[in-house]
Amino acid sequence: MKFGVISFPGSCDDVDAQLACARVADVVALWHADHDLQGVDAVVIPGGFSYGDYLRAGAIARFAPIMTEVIEFAHAGGHVIGICNGFQVCCEAGLLPGALLTNTSLRFVCRQVSLEVVNYDTPFTRSLEPGRPLSIPVKHTTGRYYAPEAQLDRLEADGQVVLRYRAGENPNGSLRDIAGVTNEGRNVFGLMPHPEHAVDPLTGSTDGLGLFASLSDSLGALVRGGR
Amino acid sequence: MATRAAPPTSIHVVKARVLVRPKVGILDPQGAAAERALGALGFDGVSEVRIGRLIELEVTDPATLPEMCERLLANPLIEDYEVVLGAS
Repeated sequence: MKFGVISFPGSCDDVDAQLACARVADVVALWHADHDLQGVDAVVIPGGFSYGDYLRAGAIARFAPIMTEVIEFAHAGGHVIGICNGFQVCCEAGLLPGALLTNTSLRFVCRQVSLEVVNYDTPFTRSLEPGRPLSIPVKHTTGRYYAPEAQLDRLEADGQVVLRYRAGENPNGSLRDIAGVTNEGRNVFGLMPHPEHAVDPLTGSTDGLGLFASLSDSLGALVRGGR
Repeated sequence: MATRAAPPTSIHVVKARVLVRPKVGILDPQGAAAERALGALGFDGVSEVRIGRLIELEVTDPATLPEMCERLLANPLIEDYEVVLGAS
């Protein structure tokens, strides 16, 4: 099982994402200007400020050369995790529903949040301990999840809402406290919190590692099963 | 004496402005903050302040502007756009 982590100009969490992936599987670095996913089993689009967040966060990165391959990969069922800026890129690319708007507070927030796992029946959450909240940090200015009301109803009914900020924890005004969603196919997952910053007891929590381990377990089983 | 080729016709450039606004019904905290600040400065009777984006550009084919807006300059899920041609 091999992860690939994309670096765009302005990415800043790509190395942490590589280190997190390396704890559970193999990992390679992918470059925004290439047209090559190097045969990875899953793509991580990391946090940061790709292309300076010019125009709208993720709006320019969405057209980076490597995104052609990422979008094809995702449409073919390949697994993609978009973290923070990566979540914004996935929404701009149409890989995930909704959009991320400026925090209601207009402030950059950087703190640990407590998350409820809403759906364990995804490759990203399957190995997590049911009922146990996750403590993972957020750090962003543009994290207010938005989708039209009817779409939010559908996302909830279809189990596409995967993570929610627990009561009183919503740091950005996200509608319905949504912190992470998947696409209909359950193969693309976007979240504002940073699981790659919660993989070592040194920084207070290892809850983020479970999300990477879960995907590695899910895909490892597929690989061993002779996909 | 050889006839000269006609000089290339100069490419006609049109100035345009694209106004991008948060869609009605979407909370605009920047607008709300500016509205409160105006109130604090003593400007009474100010309401519905909304903050968007102005993009000025020159194009040779204005017919392509709506596609530019749909694909890049605006996010149609959260923003409305308006194209104003011939702006000075």
